[in-house]
Amino acid sequence: MKPLPTIVAALGMLAAASAAQAADPNLARNLAATCANCHGTNGRAVPGAGMDALAGMEKAKTLQKLADFKSGAKPASIMHQLSKGYTDEQLDLIATYFAAQK
Amino acid sequence: MMLMKRRDFLKAGAAAGALASLYGCASGSKASGHVVVVGGGFGGATMAKYLRMWSEGGVQVTLIERNPTFISCPISNLVIGGTKTMEDITVSYEGLKNKWQVRVIQDDVVAVDAAKRSISLAKGGTMTYDRLVLSPGIEFMWDQVPGLNNAAAQGKILHAWKAGPQTVALRKQLEDMKDGGVYAISIPKAPYRCPPGPYERACLVANYFKQSKPKSKVIILDANEDVVSKKGLFVKAWTDLYKDTIEYRPNSELKDVDVATNTAVLEFDKLKADVLNVIPPQRAGDIAAKSGLKLINNRWVDINWLSMESTSTPGVHVLGDAIFPAPTMPKSGHMANQHAKLGAAAILNMLAGDAPSATPLVMNTCYSYVDTKNAIHVASVHTYDEATKTMQPVKGAGGVSAARNEIEGKAAMGWAKNIWADMLA
Repeated sequence: MKPLPTIVAALGMLAAASAAQAADPNLARNLAATCANCHGTNGRAVPGAGMDALAGMEKAKTLQKLADFKSGAKPASIMHQLSKGYTDEQLDLIATYFAAQK
Repeated sequence: MMLMKRRDFLKAGAAAGALASLYGCASGSKASGHVVVVGGGFGGATMAKYLRMWSEGGVQVTLIERNPTFISCPISNLVIGGTKTMEDITVSYEGLKNKWQVRVIQDDVVAVDAAKRSISLAKGGTMTYDRLVLSPGIEFMWDQVPGLNNAAAQGKILHAWKAGPQTVALRKQLEDMKDGGVYAISIPKAPYRCPPGPYERACLVANYFKQSKPKSKVIILDANEDVVSKKGLFVKAWTDLYKDTIEYRPNSELKDVDVATNTAVLEFDKLKADVLNVIPPQRAGDIAAKSGLKLINNRWVDINWLSMESTSTPGVHVLGDAIFPAPTMPKSGHMANQHAKLGAAAILNMLAGDAPSATPLVMNTCYSYVDTKNAIHVASVHTYDEATKTMQPVKGAGGVSAARNEIEGKAAMGWAKNIWADMLA
């Protein structure tokens, strides 16, 4: 039997741990990886294959493009359909991740 | 003995990881251990690379693949249509070996002992793992087409549904066919690998006939009651481009073949063709059933969508065409690549003693050529749904092309080059 204060402390830490898990440290990495099939691993597209490289792109610029795809302001063959599958929070994480890829 | 010791050490590591996660230091935990990946296609190759990349070399990865090089099914219909070569769709495993230090072994896995966490290889020997990934693709159900139940028959009436020697052989049959001949393609009931693939193939063979053998015909014998994928776009292409060449016959399930006369035997009808191309019904690759994994409908592996782990067999993850698909999710190379990333993230968490992400997302893009320049797509996004415990399509997202177009013809090749690099470079 553990003394009561230890259990209370452990419960407190459990709550902190589940909050940390909700944040999921790898969420941005995992979401950005769903783009790699067309835009290259970590946003480094194959040169000359006609796909936009996203690595190192300024976050605000990526977010604006994605918002325009979602709203229909920017014409697209496919990105208007795909961007609607992600929440604005998810797109923010993705844009942040690619901006950090130098 | 060494491996046993190492596994005990890993277990201790996992326990330490669990403790770290309890104290809110999950991001500081680091995965280690040995993952064996079986099958180096779109799923397995992606898994091998991403495990190495995301663990920063902390996890050892062995990839077991029976073929010496990767040959892509996507784009292989252009080889059959005569505008691409085998070289265009072949990629080596050197990138995985040299850049990512994946141990690539050319062999077949003949048995899995999940209790001992060990596999047996066809060339002899066993290998232990901390986590096993099976990405075995499809097996053909030859018992559904009795006449094709032998190697000689399978060498004459081709499927070309696994890219490789059959792709070359089908192209040769089309080249050797006389003008005025009939090419018939038989499509099984869904689900099968690459839903739009047979219709794309019909287009590209018809395109070849129009240019080189204009009196020839393409007859599509579809076991399904209607076109399974991109219906409006394919039907429009057949009407606009191939009106005198392609004939579509729904509800035409193949019951058998007469090999000697190249005849497709349907329930109430027969069709003799000059080139008969039979895509047989399919199930998960043999190793899945042999490993004792729980299958659905005796065909596809039942998996947990948070980790891609088998629902019956702990420590064994399954990717790609072999799994029982989530609602509206196609069996595609693109999807297998996405399964692999979901699985790699989950495996690394699990090896570090953490739970897999509770909010995975995957997406699909399938391009199909309707002639050598114009393509069409279908796209979708899927997220995990706690209530149904599976991936569900995101409402309002995804869709198909407005019309066939050359921009997507270029995008389809751009997709291919990027996904091959994402897996193998």
